Amino acid sequence: MVPPVQPRKLAKVPFVELADGRLQGVVSSGSDIGRVYVSSIAAGTHNYNCSTNNNRPCGGLYGSPCKHLRALVAEAVVQYGADRVARYLRVEVPEGEELADCLGGAHEPAPAAVVFSRFLRHLAYLEVPDTTLPIPELHWFPATGTVS
Amino acid sequence: MLAVQLAALLAGDSGNAGDGAGEALALLDGFDDALVHGLARLADERADAVTALAAAFAATPLGDRLAEAADAVVSGSITQEHLRALAGGRVALSGAVHDALLESLDTALGRERAEWPAAPDGPGTAGDAGAQPAGNVLGGVRSWLRELAITGWRGVDHDLVSAADQVIEALLAAPDLHRLAVLLDGFAAELRACCPIGPAEHLPVRRWADLWTRALLLSQDGVLTGEPRSATTVSGRLLALGVDVHEHGTAVQFQVHAVLEPAGGGRSRLVRTSVTVAKVDTIVGPALWKLAQRHKVLLAALADGRSVEITDMPLLDSGDLVWDDDRAFVSKPADPLATARLCLPGALAPAVPPLDRVPVRIAEPVLVEGYKVTKDGSFDLGGTVLAVDAERLPDCGPLTPKLVAASSACVGLVRWDAGRWTLQPLAVQAKVKREAVVAATGDWALGPTDPKAAKAEARAADAVTVLRERAGRLLRR
Repeated sequence: MVPPVQPRKLAKVPFVELADGRLQGVVSSGSDIGRVYVSSIAAGTHNYNCSTNNNRPCGGLYGSPCKHLRALVAEAVVQYGADRVARYLRVEVPEGEELADCLGGAHEPAPAAVVFSRFLRHLAYLEVPDTTLPIPELHWFPATGTVS
Repeated sequence: MLAVQLAALLAGDSGNAGDGAGEALALLDGFDDALVHGLARLADERADAVTALAAAFAATPLGDRLAEAADAVVSGSITQEHLRALAGGRVALSGAVHDALLESLDTALGRERAEWPAAPDGPGTAGDAGAQPAGNVLGGVRSWLRELAITGWRGVDHDLVSAADQVIEALLAAPDLHRLAVLLDGFAAELRACCPIGPAEHLPVRRWADLWTRALLLSQDGVLTGEPRSATTVSGRLLALGVDVHEHGTAVQFQVHAVLEPAGGGRSRLVRTSVTVAKVDTIVGPALWKLAQRHKVLLAALADGRSVEITDMPLLDSGDLVWDDDRAFVSKPADPLATARLCLPGALAPAVPPLDRVPVRIAEPVLVEGYKVTKDGSFDLGGTVLAVDAERLPDCGPLTPKLVAASSACVGLVRWDAGRWTLQPLAVQAKVKREAVVAATGDWALGPTDPKAAKAEARAADAVTVLRERAGRLLRR
């Protein structure tokens, strides 16, 4: 079974996923509560991008990943575990090093709209009506993980 | 569950399902192994396993069809129809194992079970196939499952898993197909988490074959219809035994096991009532209950440990009460252990619908007391040891392995997992700091009562609100 997602605070990085060959997600601006960035790192090449929703590049991308990308990686590690993130991005992380420090790659524009629409699709689950009819199939998916 | 009952259960072929079950399970294992490597790559041994599955049905009405399907698949022609036949064989085999297991459990417990009523107009009429707008969607599901079977678990990659995304989205939009959407979403997420699947990796072979078979079954036209066969409406007093919580990334089901005392007398019955809500993977722990808050009466009864008076609530033949908050009100205090002690013996257990006869679904409420807790957390009942499945303790409730280990009485579900009987605790009576407490999985239905958990919950803030607010910022240019 999939190890359960670890709880994390959502305000800073409301959405992170491993999909479309990228680690991608939505990161809140640290300075402006009204702004969010779409950040992504490609698997294999580790090329990265960070921009606002209407494709305005992040000002922090000066030849190296901005703090939004670092936040994205950090939260992905919390949510999925370092192993799964490293496996997906195809990165070797020597013992004692941080995953975020082991990524090469350069800035490469990537469409923000795709990530944005995936975030909305993700949120669409919260609009799915509940049901009081039994779903026997869920017996295959026991709740797990009393951590304490 | 008394020591003598447990001993009878575990002694019955050393926890096995009786005559033939071992053989049936071996046939399943053979077929499941074929799915590991993919039906496109059937080496001799695995081809034999597929043929053996079919051969087991030689003397049955399914025999010809299965033999034909096995021959075709072995020779490399893998059509939807062949897969359906093989999946049907697999369902029938695990159904037989389920029946044997449940019967030995019922016998050990002295539990009487209702008969499944025969369908009024014979089989095949339940779903009006003509009224299925979902044909295309189901077709999409079947092709994806076919690709999976051909490729095998070892060949699954991100592209193959992602191909399910569109299908799942379409399923979610069709309320009648919700069950299948929930199943596929959980299955696909699991495959995705394991991608790429290395040749040496240990795989949950039985589990994935179960999920694949189940999905294939539900994706046949006419199997899923909006309304399950409704039996009756019932009124009376509902006494909860505990909540079994099921969860994957995008769904959580709170399934309450309870005893129903019918109004105006009559035999009490074991029932379940469930609420399933969709969620996202970042909503976990006690926050899950908030998603179900529309069902206030049910949650209040669980949180406050009270019984519920229900009026004219639909009860399905499967023993599932279709919850409706408007037909229920919270009544007097009721303790799950007292309920189990007084009402569980003699309550009539529900029949199992034919399609739900799978060992995984066995979850029979019992009361266990007078045990000693062994070093590994199992319950020793007068020399007979029942394994406690502490991994199934949900983190949206107060039960922890430690609390269970300190308990003196326990209401739980007997399950059959990985070839042995286990107990999944739902409620316990325990001594904490020399004070007797009763704790149950539903205690936090209205929010954590434990100060530490409440604080953590408050720190996490309301995930749903945060997500919506952030999405709103994205929408604004």
